Amino acid sequence: MEEVDVEPITTLIPGIDFTQKHLGFVWGPGDILVYETKHKASGTASGGQGCPFVHVVRKDEDIYSPILRKLFNESHHIFVGLQKIKEEVPNKNKKPQFVSISKNYRSVIRACMEELQQVAVSTRDAALATQYGNQVSILLAVELIWNLCEVLFIEAAPAGALQLHLLDWVRLHKADVDEKAREVLQSESPAEHSAFWDVAISYVLQGRTDEARQVLVKQATLQPAARAMFKLLDSLLMKMPIYNPGGTQTLTEFDVKWRHWHEECDRCLQDNSFASNRHLEAICKILVGDEDTLLEYKGLLGTWYHFLVTRLLYSHPTVKPTELYYYAQSSMDMFLDTRSAPEPLDSILLAAFEFDLHQVIKDCSIALNNWWFVAHLTDLLDHCKLLQSHNLHFGSNLREFLLLEYASGLFTHHSLWQLAVDYFDHCPEFGRVYLELQVERVPLDTERKALKVLRICEQRQMAEQVRSICKIMAKRALRNDRLGSALSWSIRAKDAAFATLISERFLQDYCARGTFSDLDLIDNLGSAMLLSDRLTFLGQYREFHKLYGEKRFNEAATLLLSLMTAKIAPRSFWMTLLTDALPLLEQKQVIFSADQTYELMHCLEELTAGQAVPNNDRPMQEEDVESTRIELLRLALARNLAQAIVKEGTVEA
Amino acid sequence: MDCINAKFVSQKISKTRWRPVSSASLHQPDIFATGSWDNEDNKVSIWSIGEHGVSNMDDEFEGDPQLLCEYKHNGDVLDLQFLDQERIVTASSTGAVTVFRHHQNSQTLSVAQLWDRAHHYPSDDAPCTGLVCNSPEIVTVGEDGRVILFRADHKGVLRTIENADSSTIHAVTFLRTTEVLTVNSIGQLKLWDFRQQGNEPSQILSLTGDRVPLHCVDRHPNQQHIVATGGQDGMLCIWDVRQGNVPLSLMEAHSAESKALFLQQFVGSPLSSIKHRPSVHMFRGWLFVALGKLYEFFSTILFTG
Repeated sequence: MEEVDVEPITTLIPGIDFTQKHLGFVWGPGDILVYETKHKASGTASGGQGCPFVHVVRKDEDIYSPILRKLFNESHHIFVGLQKIKEEVPNKNKKPQFVSISKNYRSVIRACMEELQQVAVSTRDAALATQYGNQVSILLAVELIWNLCEVLFIEAAPAGALQLHLLDWVRLHKADVDEKAREVLQSESPAEHSAFWDVAISYVLQGRTDEARQVLVKQATLQPAARAMFKLLDSLLMKMPIYNPGGTQTLTEFDVKWRHWHEECDRCLQDNSFASNRHLEAICKILVGDEDTLLEYKGLLGTWYHFLVTRLLYSHPTVKPTELYYYAQSSMDMFLDTRSAPEPLDSILLAAFEFDLHQVIKDCSIALNNWWFVAHLTDLLDHCKLLQSHNLHFGSNLREFLLLEYASGLFTHHSLWQLAVDYFDHCPEFGRVYLELQVERVPLDTERKALKVLRICEQRQMAEQVRSICKIMAKRALRNDRLGSALSWSIRAKDAAFATLISERFLQDYCARGTFSDLDLIDNLGSAMLLSDRLTFLGQYREFHKLYGEKRFNEAATLLLSLMTAKIAPRSFWMTLLTDALPLLEQKQVIFSADQTYELMHCLEELTAGQAVPNNDRPMQEEDVESTRIELLRLALARNLAQAIVKEGTVEA
Repeated sequence: MDCINAKFVSQKISKTRWRPVSSASLHQPDIFATGSWDNEDNKVSIWSIGEHGVSNMDDEFEGDPQLLCEYKHNGDVLDLQFLDQERIVTASSTGAVTVFRHHQNSQTLSVAQLWDRAHHYPSDDAPCTGLVCNSPEIVTVGEDGRVILFRADHKGVLRTIENADSSTIHAVTFLRTTEVLTVNSIGQLKLWDFRQQGNEPSQILSLTGDRVPLHCVDRHPNQQHIVATGGQDGMLCIWDVRQGNVPLSLMEAHSAESKALFLQQFVGSPLSSIKHRPSVHMFRGWLFVALGKLYEFFSTILFTG
């Protein structure tokens, strides 16, 4: 069992006094059901009034946020696209694709962040505004981590390019520099603005030498006396070498060039060229990579990773990926107050600099209350073949585990459950099993929803689930006396047993009322009739009635007989069938031939043979009715036989 | 369509309908209503594209649709129709039929009339699956197999055909002012005449052999006896109600999967012979929107027999 790194958060359940009574609980797919038990915390159980409610405690509220829903939908789209990338292309060539997919994910996060920000600002409800604000900051952190992972793991830039990417990363996440700069430049006299030097130094800290130069020019015009100094600094800034990964210059050549420049800057410092203007001197010190000066501008840097990147830019621009960790650790130590514990974000970033993927994922899983981030990131990294098959205790690998957790959480949502289906599809080992279990538990309020779920099952050949869902719908229809609907569902499920049940109901209805209900259904069974014997019988029996109604007596008679002799009719119904034969027997013309009459008699005998012993439980009246009927039948049969023999024996003259 | 605008609305939409424009106006409709389903809270919303009241002669609308107003709806919106310029009728999964009024001045929606539990089982709610309007009359059908006739300003029910169908009725359309056609889940079309008393349909049509559930039906805009139905297996059938049991033509709208078609009327130009991805079919002036997605598509359809 892994040890818990953070203290668990306590949630109070309203209405339950946990000091008095024990709480009982049961895990659900995404939440816990909590209830109050009778057991007292100490002493004997008291019979006092308890809390009669069952509480549903949910950890993840994010999936119910309408704006974040966009995140889930769009990322689902990207996820499915990622899975479809063909396997044949070797990994090296797929890198740009993976990078672009990573960028897609990040742009979705940013879009949601912006929307949330807008709503947070415009809403008047303070609690809601705080909630949105929290979500924005979480998304910010998430995007920061993802971006770093993209740079270090997916892009996997080598030395030289690495520094450039890290610089981009920092620039992207420190947007207030541009705002401040705009404010300063739009003021009447930018050079005299209080924040002027802040802007200039911020530009230098971010390695934006061109913009720094432009800003400094404004100051230069104000101080003509110090023109030489400004010009010197300007030239230093201009000459700063920047590595071009696509260019012809090798890393070593760049390194040599850079060292020259670095020495030049150092010489200027030693010469006291900037001694008279402390700001310019500070800038030169930064260019030289003086850590103390950098630390002086903690406020402008803001974060330790900004400090790290600036430090690397001005002292080790050719830093190798493997060296990053050492610099990251020392930067963090230098920048942060060592007495306070590191924030979760800091330790996650540090783990990333260490290239310890598993630690990053683990820390993120703990820090965030939603599996969205870790599931998608892990999936992408897995596609880049960066995760070793780290087998967990329950057999599946890390990627699959996280995806399953995420998708299970989605399934509990009222309408996002459809997204989860695709996630399960792409979990080779347990995805199908999970889907089979979850899909049966989707609440089916309307037929339309049931059909949607059925389509999902049928597409994946989940025959068991199809049967189960159809049975649920059929049972519900039966309960509401919608026999036609019920039959329709059982035919769809090819559920012979249920179809038999429903046919029995139809037949019972007929016996009770004397007419068929739902003729439109029975008349149109078509090939579905063959699903169950009882259903076939129902169809044929109806056919018999139709023939009788059309006065096609001969065909009706043959059909009736075949129903009994071919054993399609259930025994219990034979009496009814024979009773139906009565009117045919009583007709003036002979309908049943002699042979047929013999058959009928045989059937009657078969039926009555079993009833030889009189049943004492049945009331006398029923016995009477029964025996009268049999008498009548026997009489009619005998008469018909007589007529038939005579008719068949007569030679037509 | 050269450009397809997509807007994310954070809810599953089940129906969209354009507001009808008066026949005198030359404009294209610019306001549409949507109904949502399968969400925790469902809503009926009114959207507008382009500038409200101003139409572009090129029929090109730029920008996202703007939400004008919305109203909470009890249960899924299973069908939605404009009764007239201002009123919308919705069919709910709770069995209720609601008439909303759209107040143009204040851009709000309010409930003008509610028939609760119009469709029901003896002990449960039955979803109302489809409705059709011919102002001021509204005809609704539901999973309980009833066909109900309402009048917009009348509090009570005008006429109920009990047990019209033993299976679920999926959709209904007007053939004439007193005749409606319903389709059900065992593949039958039934014609009902309100002038006749009794609960029997005046005609039943079905495809012999297969009992494929039919999900939607619509009538030809100009010829009253021609209807088209969409089935669960993706087949599109054209029927002539005068002629009887055999459909005039069958088309496979979606070869791969069985998905239901949603039909919408559209008066348009006849066909060219280019065939694109089969999601939408332009047939003799009708625009079929398949799977709720709107694409442009032309195809040649042959009439057999």
